[in-house]
Amino acid sequence: MPPLREFQSVVRVAGPILAVSGIDDAGYNEVVQVLLPDGSIRAGQVLESRKGMAIVMVFGGTRDLDCDITAVRFTGRPLTMPVSKDMLGRIFSGSAEPIDGGGSVVPEKEMEISGYAINPTRREFPEDCIETGISAIDGMNTLVRGQKLPVFSGSGLPHSMLAAQITRQARVRGTDESFAVVFAAMGITHEEARFFIHEFSETGARAHAVLFLNRADDPAIERIITPRLALTAAEYLAFDCGMHVLVVMQDITAYCEALREVSAAREEIPARRGYPGYMYTDLASLYERAGRVKGRPGSITQLPILSMPDDDITHPVPDLTGYITEGQIVLSRELHRKGVYPPIDVLPCLSRLMQGGIGEGRTRSDHANVSSQLYAAYARGRRLAGLVAVIGDEGLTDVDRLYLLFLERFEREFVGQRKDEGRSFDETLDRAWDLLSIFPKVELRRIDPKYIEQYYRGEIG
Amino acid sequence: MTESRIIRITGPVVEAEQMRGARMYEVVFVGRDELIGEIIGLHEDVATIQVYEETTGITPGEPVKRSKRPLSVELGPGLLGMIYDGIQRPLTEIAQISGDFIVRGVSAPALPRDTLYRFTPSVSSGDRLIGGAVIGSVPETKHILHRIFLPPDISGTVEGVAEEGDYTVEDTILRLKDDDGTFHEITMLQRWPVRVPRPIQEKLPVIRPLITGQRVIDSFFPIVQGGTASVPGPFGAGKTVVQHQLAKWCDADIIVYVGCGERGNEMADVLRQFPSLVDPKTKEPLMKRTVLIGNTSNMPVAAREASVYTGITIAEYYRDMGYTVALMADSTSRWAEAMREISGRLEEMPGEHGYPAYLGSRLADFYERAGRVKTLSGAEGSVSVIGAVSPPGGDFSEPVTQNTLRIVRVFWALDADLAHQRHFPAVNWLLSYSLYADLVAPWWEKHGGMEWWTMRSELLALLQKENELQEIVQLVGPDLLPEQDKFTLNVAAILRESFLVQSAFDPVDTFCPPEKQYRMMILIYQYFRGGRGAVEAGMTAGEVEKLPVTARLSRMGPMPHDEFDSFFSEVLEEMKAAFPGGEN
Repeated sequence: MPPLREFQSVVRVAGPILAVSGIDDAGYNEVVQVLLPDGSIRAGQVLESRKGMAIVMVFGGTRDLDCDITAVRFTGRPLTMPVSKDMLGRIFSGSAEPIDGGGSVVPEKEMEISGYAINPTRREFPEDCIETGISAIDGMNTLVRGQKLPVFSGSGLPHSMLAAQITRQARVRGTDESFAVVFAAMGITHEEARFFIHEFSETGARAHAVLFLNRADDPAIERIITPRLALTAAEYLAFDCGMHVLVVMQDITAYCEALREVSAAREEIPARRGYPGYMYTDLASLYERAGRVKGRPGSITQLPILSMPDDDITHPVPDLTGYITEGQIVLSRELHRKGVYPPIDVLPCLSRLMQGGIGEGRTRSDHANVSSQLYAAYARGRRLAGLVAVIGDEGLTDVDRLYLLFLERFEREFVGQRKDEGRSFDETLDRAWDLLSIFPKVELRRIDPKYIEQYYRGEIG
Repeated sequence: MTESRIIRITGPVVEAEQMRGARMYEVVFVGRDELIGEIIGLHEDVATIQVYEETTGITPGEPVKRSKRPLSVELGPGLLGMIYDGIQRPLTEIAQISGDFIVRGVSAPALPRDTLYRFTPSVSSGDRLIGGAVIGSVPETKHILHRIFLPPDISGTVEGVAEEGDYTVEDTILRLKDDDGTFHEITMLQRWPVRVPRPIQEKLPVIRPLITGQRVIDSFFPIVQGGTASVPGPFGAGKTVVQHQLAKWCDADIIVYVGCGERGNEMADVLRQFPSLVDPKTKEPLMKRTVLIGNTSNMPVAAREASVYTGITIAEYYRDMGYTVALMADSTSRWAEAMREISGRLEEMPGEHGYPAYLGSRLADFYERAGRVKTLSGAEGSVSVIGAVSPPGGDFSEPVTQNTLRIVRVFWALDADLAHQRHFPAVNWLLSYSLYADLVAPWWEKHGGMEWWTMRSELLALLQKENELQEIVQLVGPDLLPEQDKFTLNVAAILRESFLVQSAFDPVDTFCPPEKQYRMMILIYQYFRGGRGAVEAGMTAGEVEKLPVTARLSRMGPMPHDEFDSFFSEVLEEMKAAFPGGEN
């Protein structure tokens, strides 16, 4: 790309977008600096380049820009960020400026924030399960290192609490290796931001955490780069420094709205609900940065959090996310109302990498069977509860009643746990057997008889 | 002559001027890094180009070079076991050049140039050949004899042919003089444009099932060799697991697996498993019959668009050798979205949901490349195509699902509710269908038994009946049902849990041979008939359920195949004893 060039020829400003005329050689995705009339500088990026014109997205928004004095400086570089191990323990803005009062980071390396795709042949298949201490996750939707497992939530649900608990408790069984945490906040409230900072400080996790905060009143367009900065830092820590990194990104919905804003300003043809047609590709460019690489010790595990507008799982943001990520954890308003914490509705939850991470030598040999049986029993319990709501419980058989009992106890004792309670895999599975032993043995069709022999502790059957 | 130059860049789409003479779908090299692109629009001397690599940093004014050939794949020995990106760049070789991450402007030949292959000619000097004729062969693996063709567009007289021996793909193995007197040097390495179907003599009717070892597919909703099927489902319903299961266990000779815009870790999973899994038919590692195309979701979108064409062209090439080929495309929705993204950048007038108006015809063109055919050389081969569809929100009324259903003959509808109960494969038996079922009945009668069609029809009707009864139960509760209906519900539950549920992760149940499928069906069917008779004779449904023989029907799938034979005869005897007065 050519070197620094400056133009004072802004011809159009619309939403977060401006057009500069007179430039023939703007590079696609080139970084620009916008020099405002008051002397301040905002960063931007070229979205479209043609002979005599460049279309630029301004991350800080276009307020106070004009068409006479404002200058645009083309830097000749793609967007990069300085990275260093010293970032651990620091807090940055959504565009990687330090906001914790400390000085700037002395870079060890400059990295392009858009990252590069990992060659699929160089990926290590993720198989090391993570003990989060949460039964609904460990027992039925086990997380593994290098996985991307989003939390689908809604406004007012305790997803932040859950994310904080997972970051606090997560460990790989049999090791003391802890995770470095990279936290990317996009459009979250000051309150929530403070909660996370407080949580991390309380538990001593601050020293191993890098925070990037774009809060609700920060420029919306900045949200497009915040997760990329966070993931670039994570890639450095994981693949250059060999650390296991857990990336928490909240809220992906706010990110997608920023994407929609840019798309609308460019008058692009929208796909569903006004979101751009390339949103799948764009989200994939974030989520696919999770993983492990052969021959490198570190890993990136992602825990994106997104709020489903109106709790609608078919909304484009959770929908496209679910098609890219390796499963999802879904929070339920109904369980939350019943006072169950964490209010995880296991039925729509899934961990696609679970099968490789569990079993003999990893968790326990009965794990897969137990998980499958819990699913079948809980699904039947839920169906029966729906039936009882319509026709009452007179017509139920004795076995049906056991399923209703199971439903009740499963939600309270298995899904429900204290905010400071971390359960080991064994505790989680033992708890599952306590509940499955409600049933006579013949009902446990999905469990190999040899495990029933070993773990079943019921009276009947 | 003025040089062609870039005048506009927007994402993967680039416009260049001074392009007069360029053709639609010609490959060009864009910018100083010579990124690979393809012309997708022409307007006077301006060409619109989709670029198969990341365009960051490209500026207007950079040069564009023409290749004067369409986007093509390299065909020849060495394809099997390879993993390519969407435009057939070999990913293992690319990793050796550029490391763990894919950077721009890297290229490597699709087929290794220095490997020697044992070529045995099957023609001699003076022979008159027409295009598509077999000129010799190479043993590519223990079971796959790779036939070398005369390119389909050349005919003439053999002037000279190489002796049996070891040659690289670029060595001349045949000299041919065509009717105009022009000489052609033929190598094992040949190119074919991906968007053009390879020519055949004629399409043949489909007759034989493609056995997949998946009960719900083979026994209820079968696909045939040369057929087309679609697997739509919301996320988490198990599309990819179904596709992987078919790639692992279906009885095709060659598998082409296209991971189109899907997860990197899934490709890693395939690469981890396939070399160690054994093909039940040949006892060779599965990787030796497989070609992988992996263009994950974070790789360039235009190459994703090309990936399905790259895949189907390779599939057709092996079909031409007379093999049974099965192609899995996961997911065709990502391909359609790539089309939508490019179309949007071209500012074309959109059709439904922003998809281009030509979505339906592109899908049809693709699926029509499937089929059982008589090849130019007179052999019989087939390509079956199984496409996954990822409908937004799981809504089957969206354009990609609907346009696909108009073409394909088998529909395996995956269901989120079943997946939530961990009923896998989550194929919904009420929505799914196969238009091949009656075509494969003779095969089943020969390899299973004469009862196949009756049993299948009655068991499907049983599931239909269960659905109706469930609706009644929702209104009045289960205890008011007549005993006969209660029994129907019990049998349907056994059919679902013991037959339709099949664990892909169980070492035995992952593949269920057709003979075992048929026998499992017999047991459930006999139980159904016998129990029905017993209930008619006065037993209650609860009493039938408590019979020891009922419990015997659970967990048949994971039972080792060699134990199953004696189990089958035993249970059949027990059933005769338990239902003496019933129908049999």
